[in-house]
Amino acid sequence: MIEIKDLHKSYQTGATSLHVLKGINFNVKEGELVSIMGSSGSGKSTLLNILGMLDEADAGSYTLDNVPIKNLNEKIAAQYRNKFLGFIFQSFNLIGYKSALDNVGMPLYYQGMKRKERVERSMAYLEKVGLADWASHLPNELSGGQKQRVAIARALASDPKVLLADEPTGALDTKTSYEVMDLIQGINDEGKTILVVTHEEDIAHMTKRIVNLKDGVIIDDSFVNQVRAKANV
Amino acid sequence: MFSLERWEEIFETIRKNLLRTILTGISVASGIFILVILLGVGEGMQNGIENQFQNDAANRISVWTGRTSVEYKGLNPGRRIQLKNDDYSFTEKKFADELEYKSALYRIWGSLVSYKKESGSYRVEGVLPDYQFLEGEDMIKGRYLNYNDHQKYSKVAVIGKKVALDLFKNKEDAIGKLIEITGINFKVVGVYSDPGGEREEARVFIPLSTSQRVFNAGNNLQGLAFTLPKQDNFEEALAISTNFTEKLKDQLKRSHTVAPSDESAISINNSLENAKRIYDMMNMIKLFFWGVGIATILAGVIGVSNIMLIIVKERTKEIGIRKALGAQPFSIVTMVLHESIFVTTIAGFLGLLGGLILLEFVGPMVQIEFLRNPTVNFNVAITTLIILVLAGAIAGFFPAWRAARIKPIIALRDE
Repeated sequence: MIEIKDLHKSYQTGATSLHVLKGINFNVKEGELVSIMGSSGSGKSTLLNILGMLDEADAGSYTLDNVPIKNLNEKIAAQYRNKFLGFIFQSFNLIGYKSALDNVGMPLYYQGMKRKERVERSMAYLEKVGLADWASHLPNELSGGQKQRVAIARALASDPKVLLADEPTGALDTKTSYEVMDLIQGINDEGKTILVVTHEEDIAHMTKRIVNLKDGVIIDDSFVNQVRAKANV
Repeated sequence: MFSLERWEEIFETIRKNLLRTILTGISVASGIFILVILLGVGEGMQNGIENQFQNDAANRISVWTGRTSVEYKGLNPGRRIQLKNDDYSFTEKKFADELEYKSALYRIWGSLVSYKKESGSYRVEGVLPDYQFLEGEDMIKGRYLNYNDHQKYSKVAVIGKKVALDLFKNKEDAIGKLIEITGINFKVVGVYSDPGGEREEARVFIPLSTSQRVFNAGNNLQGLAFTLPKQDNFEEALAISTNFTEKLKDQLKRSHTVAPSDESAISINNSLENAKRIYDMMNMIKLFFWGVGIATILAGVIGVSNIMLIIVKERTKEIGIRKALGAQPFSIVTMVLHESIFVTTIAGFLGLLGGLILLEFVGPMVQIEFLRNPTVNFNVAITTLIILVLAGAIAGFFPAWRAARIKPIIALRDE
């Protein structure tokens, strides 16, 4: 599903150049649940941004679902993001003045889907994350866990190839974190490919494979025995 | 661009930022309001000035004479040129087809006019019947001078409203009464009013022939006055009138042996040429008002632009999210533009309406000199509306462009 070869990325900050990613090689097959670990500054967020087409690599190749991702202009990048990717952020990034339902429907709106169909589909995904009763609520009327579940429903709404989660539990307490991880595991069980960036060991062990990043290189990439989140709730 | 979805989005944003939107709207609305009022006042000034020049027939051509200033055919400069009855009758015959109203004129500037114990000094003018129309006078009572009066050297007089008020106290009827002009009795046959006001109404008109006889003027005239038939088009009227003026000047100069280059011996005043100057001035004033109005709107537009920039800045994160979810740059641009055009148009429309309502209700009450009945016509209103939409587009363009350039990765970075 994802193939990355010899990926390099550096940032210019004034006169100094910061080499963040120093040759990443990394493949993800369909249906995998991978966590990317590393301390801050290890380059994991940069990697995720490149995977999410929010940023472009300086060198190396990136293929997503057999589509080479390179030389994207903004228009095509927006199209690919909408079609291929679902984002889950640490700070949820819901639009504050839109109801849960409208937030979930946002990617569908940008696909040009008609309102009626959009509402139906959004509602279905809200049901899937157990928030059907909260459809008309604004984000600030929801708890952190509920917000993240709305965000997950939104990420799923456009039926993307890959879900990218950037510290999805970073702003949540342990119990809520496990609930969210349970949801993510459930979605993965249905066959969705998911990448989770985290720096929490327990969260990482709830995935099936841990990729460890340090100073811009992968120092460890191993499959682990998945800990089911449900058991810990 | 005009989908229901987009409108919902706009209303949602506006509802969320109601105060800010209203404040922005006020700046645009006041800009348009001021423009409309200015244009209305410009129109009012034009009406007022036109009214001021209704004193005399707008197309009046007046002739008077002075002394020669150029030596010509052996004649010394400084010679006094005197118009005679022949000058009038010759001109009248020669240009008979071109003239509308015509009159010769003999006047005494300050002449004692009295009735019983009341008396005053007024301008006394000996004129022909057409002179009523050359001066634009309306009869309040009685009649104007007629051809018969002229033929019979009648001692009859038409007096102005002011003269009637001065001489006939206690609302005494002036018609049929005898007034003394320099000691000679004249019967009052009419009282007139003049749109030029009191100054123009403080005059006494008597038949030309009578005046020449009473004041021992012989065949002398002091002036000629003509009008040409009205034309539909101002430029055409001006051309015809200028052409006539030239011919008339030529003829008079020839018959009085005046050098063609002599400007002081025979003077012809063409009110249309003056009118043209007035119209030119009006156009300048209008242009100025447009300029001020547009500048005011520009200030409003910059205000909107500023606010939209702040809005874009505030919504940076939201725009980042939208982009991450697949929003095209174009859809972000139209989102911002649409909102900006919507706000400026609605606000501007309210300002336009306010200005129109004010002009509609207060306008007719304004009757100051040089400012009458300020109004704005339909075309101007439409023009302002177009300006509004354009203004909204301009106001929204830079913020929208900025919004479209927001990089989602930067917008989404957690602080």
